[in-house]
This record gives sequence, structure tokens and C-alpha cells, in this order.
Amino acid sequence: MTHSPLLVLDGVSVRFPVGMDWLGRPIAHVHALNGVDIAVEAGEVLGVVGESGCGKSTLANVLTRLVKPTAGSLAWTVGARQRLQIVFQDPQSSLDPRLPVWRIITEPVFLREHRTVADLKRLAGDLAEQVGLRREQIGRYPHEFSGGQRQRIAIARALSAQPDVIVLDEPTSALDVSVQAQILNLLADLRRARGLTYILISHNISVVRHFCDRIAVMYLGQIVELGPAADVLARPAHPYTRLLLDAVPEIGRSLDAGLAIADTELPSNRRLPAGCFFRDRCPFVVDGCERPQSLAPFAGLTADNHLARCHRAADLVEDIV
Amino acid sequence: MADPSRVVLEIRNLTLRFPTYGGAVHAVNGASIRVDAGERVGIVGESGSAKSVTSLMAMRLLPEGRFEVAGGSVALCGRDILAASEKEMVNIRGRDVAMIFQEPLTALNPTRRIGRQMLEVIRLHRGLSGRAARDLAIRLLGDMRIADPEQVFGRYPFELSGGMRQRVLIGLAFSCEPKLIVADEATTALDVTVQRQVLHLLRAKANSLGTAILFITHDLAVASQFCDRLYVMYAGAVVEEGPTAEVLGAPAHPYTQALLDALPERAAPGERLRSIAGSVPDLTAELSGCAFAPRCAQASAVCERRPALIPTGSDGHRAACWLAAKAVQ
Ligand SMILES: Nc1ncnc2c1ncn2[C@@H]1O[C@H](COP(=O)(O)OP(=O)(O)OP(=O)(O)O)[C@@H](O)[C@H]1O
Ligand SMILES: Nc1ncnc2c1ncn2[C@@H]1O[C@H](COP(=O)(O)OP(=O)(O)OP(=O)(O)O)[C@@H](O)[C@H]1O
Ligand SMILES: [Mg+2]
Ligand SMILES: [Mg+2]
Repeated sequence: MTHSPLLVLDGVSVRFPVGMDWLGRPIAHVHALNGVDIAVEAGEVLGVVGESGCGKSTLANVLTRLVKPTAGSLAWTVGARQRLQIVFQDPQSSLDPRLPVWRIITEPVFLREHRTVADLKRLAGDLAEQVGLRREQIGRYPHEFSGGQRQRIAIARALSAQPDVIVLDEPTSALDVSVQAQILNLLADLRRARGLTYILISHNISVVRHFCDRIAVMYLGQIVELGPAADVLARPAHPYTRLLLDAVPEIGRSLDAGLAIADTELPSNRRLPAGCFFRDRCPFVVDGCERPQSLAPFAGLTADNHLARCHRAADLVEDIV
Repeated sequence: MADPSRVVLEIRNLTLRFPTYGGAVHAVNGASIRVDAGERVGIVGESGSAKSVTSLMAMRLLPEGRFEVAGGSVALCGRDILAASEKEMVNIRGRDVAMIFQEPLTALNPTRRIGRQMLEVIRLHRGLSGRAARDLAIRLLGDMRIADPEQVFGRYPFELSGGMRQRVLIGLAFSCEPKLIVADEATTALDVTVQRQVLHLLRAKANSLGTAILFITHDLAVASQFCDRLYVMYAGAVVEEGPTAEVLGAPAHPYTQALLDALPERAAPGERLRSIAGSVPDLTAELSGCAFAPRCAQASAVCERRPALIPTGSDGHRAACWLAAKAVQ
């Protein structure tokens, strides 16, 4: 694998204004991203996991230029940005209901180059088959498809553009496990053949474990842990990562197994906490947690690119091994 | 045999088509699903196998005129849903059955505050207004462990996280104290920690009210943790049913087995995953024989005839497969 960064994010923050006073000034802000630093390598599969509302989709939207950072910067290697496609989290709202499926799938090609209708239909049919739809179905409209079928239409559309980088926001959560396997195999083949880079946002830890080289764990708009997938999942260093992994459902494991469920509400991103963002929910809180934490290597790590945003990371990792 | 007075939902042999320009789509092909009082029943299966369509028929929520019921029956608390007038349905939907959709953003009106939307539903279904309606709404939010419900009341849907919106909808689904809640991929958009919390809340609230839940999911692990009984669907029909632990622990239908084999945790990282070869049947043609046979490694000549659900030997566990029949003999 090559190790040239394709994209470097430096202190990327995004806040959204909410509510307006009578002069049209925002009453408050939602702090969706709060200083994201990461370098995405060409050819890697980067997994992004984290709590609902922690800013994963906002990050995806920053990469695709749909949202402008309020602070911080993005640096792309030349040309890479033009060759990026995204598969949105909610295919329901991202597919134009007035277009037949073949037009939707070939939209990126249609916009870029002149091709005959027969040619576009052939391309759409090929892609439909690759994602497990039937070729005959491409004349139908989005509402005639089930949730998972619409998701596959969105994936086929992203592939039609022959991109170098694909941001996949929950691409398989609406799919049955067999179709999920088919899509993940297809993405892996494309990566091998064309050296694609993927940024995969997912709540499914098994999918992330299987598919990703590296994992970024997010909490309240920050990366709290970053490292090789195997290390982060086997030796989580941040208390939030532990909490997350503990809640992963497993066949045959009782819903009541694992850590007790906290009754507390998730943190508000309207007013950011001082110090460590996870402090209020952390079972390992000690003196020092009231200071802001930085994403850094820690003693006892087994991979030198394993970072955690916790001053107790070294103790916590040791306690697992 | 099930005690008929305890049956909340009984879908029998439902056959349903969508007429389209390209010919009819045979979406539901003789599906039977039963939910008893207080039970948590799961539906898993192939994407496009009619899980959503079948469960929407429990509330007759498909757009009128766009579909044709070719056979079968749907009864909710003993009442024939297919024969009910639209006016009766409005009552039934509010009182006996409620639905939680996958995408909470589309289920809530984005331009109106959470509180107003809740009060509207409570007024419509419970006939409460003013103070009483507000108290109930606040209590429902509190039951869903939403801190500071008074403040959430004044917010717009997009100002809440996905997990909070989903809890608002779950709270609201309980507002009419229904006999049945249909939850279609209700926790799919949640991260695992919030999902676990929501499943706990859903289970506790359903237990305390005796509400039955029909729970549609692609996540076999979640189904395993949450559901008492499971239906596995393929091509618009049930191919296997039984107690959850039986179906997932000792699957009797090759399709169920193939689904379990496709799980990413059953392969080493980076290794090829085992998806099911071949493609789903063309639903514009009427199905004959076992719909899974063209993709089944164990198919033989008998599979040209369509197998009924056959008991596998253990209690309530049945599979629509000739192999299961042979195994019993
Ligand atoms: N346009 C907007 N206006 C106001 N707040 C917003 C807007 N878009 C997102 N937010 C808020 O920003 C935060 C991050 O949202 P985002 O959609 O990125 O989360 P996520 O990590 O993708 O969550 P999920 O796992 O539920 O998809 C949330 O609190 C959300 O409510
Ligand atoms: N309005 C419609 N017109 C034509 N076909 C339709 C229509 N609605 C649904 N279908 C078809 O009916 C079948 C069942 O759809 P349904 O939405 O119930 O699937 P599902 O099992 O819920 O799938 P998923 O897991 O992907 O949500 C699909 O093959 C779909 O293409
Ligand atoms: Mg998101
Ligand atoms: Mg569905």
C-alpha cells in the first residue's frame, strides 16, 4: 500500500446556526465538528464509527463540499477531489423520484460526457447487475423499489462515475447480510483492480472490522481514537471506544449482558463541555480529565499509528491486554 | 394451538401484487404471519422480500389503488382489515396499532416543533387536549429517558440527533397504548450504544403495557437479542419460522443458513465474504416451485413443487423446504 496522503484535514470544525432572533441572527449554534485532524492515505479503507449525532455525516459532507468548514482546512492532492463520489446515508431522499433508475445510475456520466441512450442503458444494466439488481428493472422508478434496493441504486450511481475516492455513509445498513456481502466483495474487487480509496461510515462494527484498514472513532465532533482496525478493536484505548464495543450485539448474547445502561441523555452539542468531552459519562474519570485532551500516541501501544484522546489511555489499554 | 383471543395480528396466505406498466410485480406470495399479545416477533430476510409491504398491510398503509390483494386475509384483534372502511382504519391505526418507521426524519414534519406534532397525535388518538395532553407527552418523553423533555418540546426535528428523534417516535407510538407496534428497521440508523438503550426502553415499555411488537430488521444479532420468535422471508413468502434461538441456532432452511454464512464475523478480515450466488427471482413472473431453488446448493427435482411450511420436529419451528421434511421422517 502506498503511504502518500490523499487528503489532509487540519482542525476542521463545523457549526450550524439554530434559531433566529428578529434580526435574523442565530440564537445558538450546534457544534457538529470540533477540530478533526486526519490524513487519509491513497488506497486505504478508513472506517468512521461513533455515536448517532457525533458528526459523521457532517464530515462526509465536508469532504464532498456540501458543507464548508467554519474553521480549519482541507488539503487534497491534485485532482483527487474531482474524482470523489458519495453514497448518502438516506437513499430515499437522494434519488430523484422523477427519473427512471437507468438515468439515476448514469447521472454522473451523463453530466460529464456525451453518450447515446442505448450506451447509458447498457452501462446502467451492467452496474445494476453488479449490485444485485435485475437488468430488466432499470426502467422503473425509485418508489417501486424496497429500501435496500434503493440503497443499491445509490451505490451503482457512485460506481458509474469511475471515482478514485468513495465516501460511503452507512452503505449496507439497509441490506440483508447476503447482499451486504456481495456489495463488500464488489467494493474490495474494485479497490484491488483500481486502487480505490474508501471512507466508510458505519454503525456495524463487524463490517468495519472486516473491511477497514484503519478506524477513526468519533465522539461529539472529535476523533477520540484512531489506529489500525485490528488494534483499535482488540485493544481499545479510549473509554468511549470501550463503551461502544461493549454494546455490539451478537447472536445468542443477551440484551442484558455487558455494562449497565446509563440512564443519562447524550451530551448536547449546543454548549461544548470544558475539558474531556466524554468526562460526564466516563467510568474512569480522575483528576486531569477537566483539561482538554489531545489525540496522541500513548505508552504500551502495539502500533505506532494508534492514537487516543485520553490521558489515561496507557492504563486502560494495559488493563485489557 | 394458539388461543384465538390472544392473537393480535393474523396475516394468512396473503398474496399481493403491484400492477405496473411492465406487468404485475408479484410482491407477496402467500405469506402468513401471526403475532400474539405481548409477543416480540421478528421478520428478517432478503432485501425486497416484502417485509415492509407485508407489515404495512397490518395497518393497510399502502397507497390505495396502487396494489391488488389477490388472496388471503389480514386480521387485527379479530377484525378484518382488508374489508374495513378507510374511516374505520383511521380509528384502528390510532388505537390498536402504531408504526415506527426506519427514517425518523421523514416521519416527522421538519417545519414544526416536536411538541406540536406530539400534541396533535395525542389529540387525534386519545382525545386529550390542553394540560392533560401536554402532561402525557412529557411523560412519554421521560419514559424514553429524554432528559429535559420540556425543552425538547420546543425544538425542531433537525435539531435532535437521530437517536433522540427515534426515541420521540417510539414514545409517540406508545401514546395510544396500542396492542401492536410495527417497527420497521426502527433501530438501524442508531449506533450500537443508543440502539441498545432504545431496545431496552422498547422492551420495558412493551412489557409494562402488554404491547406486542412486530420487529423488522436486517441485523440478525439484534433479532437474536430482541425477538421471541422469528420469521425468515424470501421472495414474498415465509421460508422459515420458529423460536429465535432455534431458527438462528439450528436453521432448517438453506436460505437461513446461507444468510448466517454471509455474516462478516464468519470470515477473516479482508477475506471474501460468502454471499449467495445467483440473483433474486424475477417477481414479474408468477413463482412456481421453491423460489430459492435456483440459488440452492441442495436443490433437486422435488423443488419444482413448492413446499409448504413443514414442522422440523422442535416446537413451533417450521421450514418451507423438502429437506426439512426428509429430516423429520
Ligand atoms: N443543517 C443542520 N442544522 C443544524 N444542526 C445540524 C444540521 N446538520 C446536522 N446538524 C447537527 O449536527 C450534529 C451532527 O450531525 P450528523 O448528521 O453529522 O451526525 P451523524 O454522526 O452522521 O449521526 P447519525 O449516526 O445519526 O447519522 C447533530 O447534532 C445534528 O443534529
Ligand atoms: N409501488 C410499488 N410498485 C412496484 N413494486 C413495488 C412497489 N413497492 C414495492 N415493490 C416491490 O415489492 C417488493 C417488496 O418490497 P418491500 O419494500 O416490502 O421489501 P423489503 O423486504 O421491505 O425490502 P428491504 O429489506 O430492502 O426494505 C420489492 O421487490 C419491491 O421492488
Ligand atoms: Mg449520519
Ligand atoms: Mg423494507
